[in-house]
Amino acid sequence: MKRSKWLILMALTLVLSMFLAACGGSKNEEKPAADGDDKDKDAATEEKKHAKDEDGEPDAEQVLYLAESAAIPSVDSSIVEDQVGFNVLNNINEGLYRLNQENIAEPAMAAEEAEVSEDGLTYTFKLRDAMWADETPVTANDFVYAWQRAIDPATGSPYGPFMMSGVVKNATAISEEKMEVSELGVKAIDEKTFEVTLERPVPYFLSLMSFGTFYPLKEEFVASKADAFATNSDNLLSNGPFVLTKWDGTGDSWTYVKNEHYWDAENVKLNEIHVNVVKDSATAIKLYQDGKLDRAGVSGDLAMQYRDDEEAVLQSETSVFYFKFNQERDGKETPLANENIRKAIAKSFEKEDMVDVVLANGSLAANFLVPTNFAFDENEKDFRELSGNYLEYNVEEAQDHWKKGLEELGVESLSLEILGGDTELSKKMDEYFKSQLESNLEGLKISLKEVPFSVRLDLDGNQDYDIQVSGWGPDFQDPISFLDLFVTDGTNNLMSYSNPEYDKLIEDSKGDLALKPQERYEAFAKAEKILLDEDAAIAPIYQRGLIFLHKPYFKGLVDHPFGADYSYKWAYISGK
Amino acid sequence: MVKYIGKRIVYMFITLFLIATASFFLMQTLPGSPIASYNKLNDTQKAIVEKKYGIDKPKPVQYAIYMKNLAKGDLGTSFVFKGKSVNDLLATRLKPSLILGAQAMVFGTIVGILLGMLAALKHNTFWDYGSTFFAILGISIPSFVFASLLQYWIASEWHLLPVGLWNDGWKSSVLPSLALAMGPLALSARFIRTEMIEVLNSDYIMLAKAKGANGFEIAFKHAFRNALIPLITVLGPLAAGLVTGSLVVEQIFAIPGIGEQFVSSIMTNDHATIMGTTLLFSAFLIAVIFIVDILYGVIDPRIRVSGGKG
Repeated sequence: MKRSKWLILMALTLVLSMFLAACGGSKNEEKPAADGDDKDKDAATEEKKHAKDEDGEPDAEQVLYLAESAAIPSVDSSIVEDQVGFNVLNNINEGLYRLNQENIAEPAMAAEEAEVSEDGLTYTFKLRDAMWADETPVTANDFVYAWQRAIDPATGSPYGPFMMSGVVKNATAISEEKMEVSELGVKAIDEKTFEVTLERPVPYFLSLMSFGTFYPLKEEFVASKADAFATNSDNLLSNGPFVLTKWDGTGDSWTYVKNEHYWDAENVKLNEIHVNVVKDSATAIKLYQDGKLDRAGVSGDLAMQYRDDEEAVLQSETSVFYFKFNQERDGKETPLANENIRKAIAKSFEKEDMVDVVLANGSLAANFLVPTNFAFDENEKDFRELSGNYLEYNVEEAQDHWKKGLEELGVESLSLEILGGDTELSKKMDEYFKSQLESNLEGLKISLKEVPFSVRLDLDGNQDYDIQVSGWGPDFQDPISFLDLFVTDGTNNLMSYSNPEYDKLIEDSKGDLALKPQERYEAFAKAEKILLDEDAAIAPIYQRGLIFLHKPYFKGLVDHPFGADYSYKWAYISGK
Repeated sequence: MVKYIGKRIVYMFITLFLIATASFFLMQTLPGSPIASYNKLNDTQKAIVEKKYGIDKPKPVQYAIYMKNLAKGDLGTSFVFKGKSVNDLLATRLKPSLILGAQAMVFGTIVGILLGMLAALKHNTFWDYGSTFFAILGISIPSFVFASLLQYWIASEWHLLPVGLWNDGWKSSVLPSLALAMGPLALSARFIRTEMIEVLNSDYIMLAKAKGANGFEIAFKHAFRNALIPLITVLGPLAAGLVTGSLVVEQIFAIPGIGEQFVSSIMTNDHATIMGTTLLFSAFLIAVIFIVDILYGVIDPRIRVSGGKG
C-alpha cells in the first residue's frame, strides 16, 4: 500500500498545482474598479462620439446586450452598497429626482421642483401620479417607510447612515441607537406630499434625491415578502423605466424589460436589455466583436491596444487617485510629517507620461483633488475654473524641498514604503513611481508593498503605511464629497493630517456659508489650496478614465458622474 | 467490508469536522472586514452593523453557532450576496461547473487512455512518440492557454461555437470542457503508457501469450486492468478539482460557475461563502478518495480490503 499513499500525495500535489497555476494565470482581475477605493460610485462624463447623438430613427427591434463586471449582490435599496447594485436600482426604480441626460437632477417621482423653506431646512415634495408596477400609486408614505428603513439600525444598512448622517434630522442619533426611528425628519403630509426636515442646510440635497438609498419602497409589499424581499426578480417591485426579470439572486445573468406602468414609459424605447456578467475584459471584447455584446469595457493592458479602435469611446470618470502621506505610524512621527519631504515627493514624478504610457486608458493627470467636469457653481462654471492647479511636476523645486527636508530631519537618506493594489496595472504604476522618485530624489529608497483591496483598507484603518496609492469616487455632486475626507477627525483621514484652518473652512461651508453658494465655493477653493499647495497633505496623481468599445447603433446611453453608472431610460437601437 | 465502509464514513466526517474547524479559525486571520462600505461609517455605526451580522461576538461563540448550523446542513448567509443563503448560492453555481467538469473528465480519460494504450502497444514507433508529445504538451501547458486558443480559433475566427456565456445549451459547454479535458487527457495517456509497457513486459503476459490469448484480450483483459490502478489514484482527486470548477477557464468563457466564487469570496472576506466552498471541495475530495479505495478492490482483488489481516 505504500505506493498508493505516494500516489495520493502526488495526486494532491497535482491538484494543488493546478489551482496554483490557475491563480498565477489570472491576469484578468484587472477591472479598473479594483485599484480604486470605491466600489460605490464613480462614473462619468462622456466625451464619446455616438452615445449622445440623437440622430437616427429607432429600429423596430429594441433589444440591447450588455456585460456587467460583477454579479448583483443586492437590489434592496436600503442594503445596496456596490456599483452594480446601484446601477440596477437606477434603472428599475426611481427617486424623487433623477439625473437627466445633462446629468442635472430633475423632478422624477416629484411632480415639480421641491419647495424649500427660507432657512434651507425644510423641503416639501409634491409627488406625481406615478404607479408601482403592480398598478398601485406611489405615495408619500412609501418614501417615509424607505428612509426610515434605511436608517433603522435593525436593517444594518451601510449607506443609510452614510448618506443621511448630519443631513436628515436626527439621522445620526437614530443610526447610533440613541433615538427612535420614528423621530427621523420625514413626514407624509398627505398621500402625495412628502416633507423632509434637515439637520442643517445642505446645498446639494436635491442631487441626493437621485441616489438609490433615497428611493421609495412600498411597505405592504416589503412586509409581505419579509426575508425574501429583493432576493430575486420575483420579489421586487419596480417604479422605474424597467422591470428586472430572470434574476435568481446569485446568478450571472438578468434581463430588464420595459415597465409599461412607468409614468414616462412613452420615452423609454428599449424593450429588453440582456445582461451577462463577464469578468474578463478580453472575453468581453471577443463577445463584442462576435456581435454578442453592444458595449464592452476595455481594461488593463488591453487599453493601449484598443484606444485607437474606431468604435472605442473614452469615458472620463470622477474618481481621483492620490498619494496619502501618513504622518504618524505606530504612534511615532514618520519622515512624512515633514512638509518639505511631502512636497518633494509630490512634485517629483511626471504625471503626464504616467497616464499616457502606463495607464493608457484616457485617464487625466491630476494636479487637484476635486475632479474636473464634476461640480459646478451657480453659473454652471466648473469648480476647477475657480480653483487652481497645485503640486505640478517640477524636479528642481522637488529637489530643493528634498534638501531642506533632509536637513530639517538631520538625515542624509530615507527609506519609505509605497502601499498599493495588487492588480497588474497597480503594480506597473507603483514601479513607475519607484523609479521616478528614486532617480529624482537622491538618497530616497522606495520599497513597494502590493496587497489586495481588503488588506489595503485594513492597513489604511490601522495607519500602517508610509505612502499609499488611494482613490475616491464621489457619492454626490459637491466638492465636499472629496474635501470632507481630510478634516482632522474625518473617518478617511487616517494619516494624522490636521490643519485648523482647513477644518474651519469645511465647517463653515456646512454652517454659515451653506446658503451662500458663491462664497461656499470660494471657501472650497481655498481649502483645496491649503490641502495641496500649502500642506501637500496628499499628492494628486490622476483622474480615472475608461475605454469602452461601443457599437455605433447603440445610441442615447447616459452615464452619470456619481450615484449609478448609467441610465438606459433614453437609450435605443438605431441602424443595427 | 460493511464494517470497513462504516469505519471509513466515520473517519470522513471527522476529517470534514477538522477541516471546518481549521478553516473557520484560519479565515478569521484574514485582514479586512466583510462589510464593503466600512470606511464610510463612524465607530458606533460600525459596531451596530457588526452586531447585525453577528460578527461582534467572540470567535468561539461564532464558531459554536456556525458548527451548530452546519450540523443542520445550513451553511449560513453570504455577506456579499446580501441575505442569500450560501446553500442556494453553491447550488446554482455548482451546476455549470459540474457539467463542465464531468464532461471534461469523461472525454479526457477516455481519449487519454486510448492514446496511452496506442503508445504502449506501438512502443517506440511514430504513434508512441506522437502520443507522448501530445501528453507532454497537455501536462505542461496550462488549461487557460488551451482555453484562449480554442476560443480564438474555433469561436472567434471560425464561428463554429459560441465565444462564451452560458446561454446556448450544450454548445456553450463544448469549448470550456475541451480546455479542461487536456489535463486528465494528458495525465491518463502518460500513466497508461508507462504502466502498460511495464505490465506488457511481465511474466504473466508472456504466459498469456504462450497460452495463445490474442492481442486484444491481452491488451484489455490483462495489461489494461493492471495499468488502471495508479491512474485511478491520480484521477480521483483530479476529478474532485474539476467538478468544483476552474477559476480561469470559467472566467475566460464567462461561465457562471463556482470556481470563481472560491477566490472572490476570500478577496471579499465573505466568511460564510469561504466556508461553504472550502467544505464543498473537501467533501468532494474525501468522497472521491473513498470511492477510489473501494475501486482498488474491484479492479485488483489483491488489494481487497476486507480479505484477511494485513
